[in-house]
Amino acid sequence: MTKTHVSLTVNGEKKDVLVDPRELLIHTLREQMDITGPHIGCETSHCGACTVDLDGKSVKSCTMFTVQAEGADVTTIEGLGSPDGLHVLQEAFKENHGLQCGYCTPGMITRAHRLLQENPNPTEEEVRFGMAGNLCRCTGYQNIVKSVLAAASEMNSAKEAAE
Amino acid sequence: MIPAAFDYHRPDTIDAAVGLLAEHGEEARVVAGGHSLIPMMKLRMAYLSHLVDLRDVQEMQGITVDGDTVTLGAMVTQHELITSDALASVAPILREASLQIADPQVRYMGTIGGNVANGDPGNDIPGLMQALDAKFVLAGPEGRRTVDARGFYEAAYMTAREDEEILTHIRFRSVAGMGYAYEKQKRKIGDYATAAAAVLVAKDGDTISEARIAMTNLSDTPIFSEGAGAALVGTSGDGAAVAAAIAAMQADIDPAEDNRGPVEFKRHVAGVMLSRAINSALSRA
Ligand SMILES: Cc1cc2nc3c(=O)[nH]c(=O)nc-3n(C[C@H](O)[C@H](O)[C@H](O)COP(=O)(O)OP(=O)(O)OC[C@H]3O[C@@H](n4cnc5c(N)ncnc54)[C@H](O)[C@@H]3O)c2cc1C
Ligand code: FES
Ligand code: FES
Repeated sequence: MTKTHVSLTVNGEKKDVLVDPRELLIHTLREQMDITGPHIGCETSHCGACTVDLDGKSVKSCTMFTVQAEGADVTTIEGLGSPDGLHVLQEAFKENHGLQCGYCTPGMITRAHRLLQENPNPTEEEVRFGMAGNLCRCTGYQNIVKSVLAAASEMNSAKEAAE
Repeated sequence: MIPAAFDYHRPDTIDAAVGLLAEHGEEARVVAGGHSLIPMMKLRMAYLSHLVDLRDVQEMQGITVDGDTVTLGAMVTQHELITSDALASVAPILREASLQIADPQVRYMGTIGGNVANGDPGNDIPGLMQALDAKFVLAGPEGRRTVDARGFYEAAYMTAREDEEILTHIRFRSVAGMGYAYEKQKRKIGDYATAAAAVLVAKDGDTISEARIAMTNLSDTPIFSEGAGAALVGTSGDGAAVAAAIAAMQADIDPAEDNRGPVEFKRHVAGVMLSRAINSALSRA
């Protein structure tokens, strides 16, 4: 089965890769592009550790073939912040103990980022519902929810200050 | 978890997609959102050598409300079903039900066409389509035809759709003004139903003039229970009428024991879901 060229944008950079049609997006990101923020937790579409942002949607990259992402604009945790310039969500997770082992965190933050784009001022219940596709084995979720709410209010006050 | 190898096709018209299915026969399958098919391919429970991706087929996108007629492209995602205000004003039951499907990531990808064409008795939208009396438009090498949602499902994963046909659109009449509810019992978020009930009711004064009831995951197909609907019509929807509707529904379903519980439990949950859905629908009629 013929290898296929795929062009896509990942974290603002144009990428061209050659893939087997059966190659999953998570494998291309991690193994061909060395973008290892998105993790493989379950590989069965349940845990959300592999979540990336693709054309404005939160997508489980273990449940999409790379060929399907031709032309797509993908953002991973690496595209949200960096060690010396943390994203507001990363800072909030750090401050509120929103992580323990950290395995679920890239998926959590990437998902939370899209949730706050769509709903900048969510209630606690809306955060829980909107984050329901991401599992965490450590924290018991309380501090994850707290972190997302803290990031939302931080982003909102920054916006107000700018206006 | 790596699927078997296949060739990938990305046609941009319905005709081109149908042509690929006709050319490759049983070896070909279409992929819409991929969130039922790709997991099955990874488990090597779905075999194919040609994957025909429908994502570029513009004709199969979009929600159109034209007077009383609602047309949904098969590629409309569950996320779009939830966020469309136009759809919420003519069939709010679709938003209520879609919010109970899977999780946010799955809903961005999973399509209505994939959900109804899949034929998995666990899928939530087929029963809704029976309650809405929807028509499915199928395109094949021989042209187009329309099949009633109520006559579409034959057995688990067996539908009236031929292998080389694509479900392109779904059409139904507005149910604005009807009371509606979708009640689903599941073990956790992202789980398929242990039992679910879709109810649409219309009232004339205090009397129920029309009732449509469909049940999910309680048989190897969705169950449209005419008897349950008939038991409500002409009544006020009081306790006796609801009990009669539940009894009629129980005669139509045929649940099997599995990891969601034994038959008695499923019948019990089916009754609870239907009673809640009827009462919720009546409160909105
Ligand atoms: C974790 C998880 C939880 C889920 N929970 C639920 C749930 O609670 N309730 C529920 O209803 N679903 C659930 N789903 C399934 C999800 O809703 C699927 O997305 C949906 O059932 C199938 O839609 P799809 O677009 O992904 O179809 P695909 O996976 O692309 O296709 C499914 C099947 O339908 C065929 N097909 C697709 N589109 C067409 C078409 N237009 N014409 C002809 N054939 C077509 C394909 O060939 C394939 O055989 C869940 C999925 C996951 C991964
Ligand atoms: S690794 Fe993709 S959902 Fe778990
Ligand atoms: S912090 Fe360990 S899985 Fe979430």
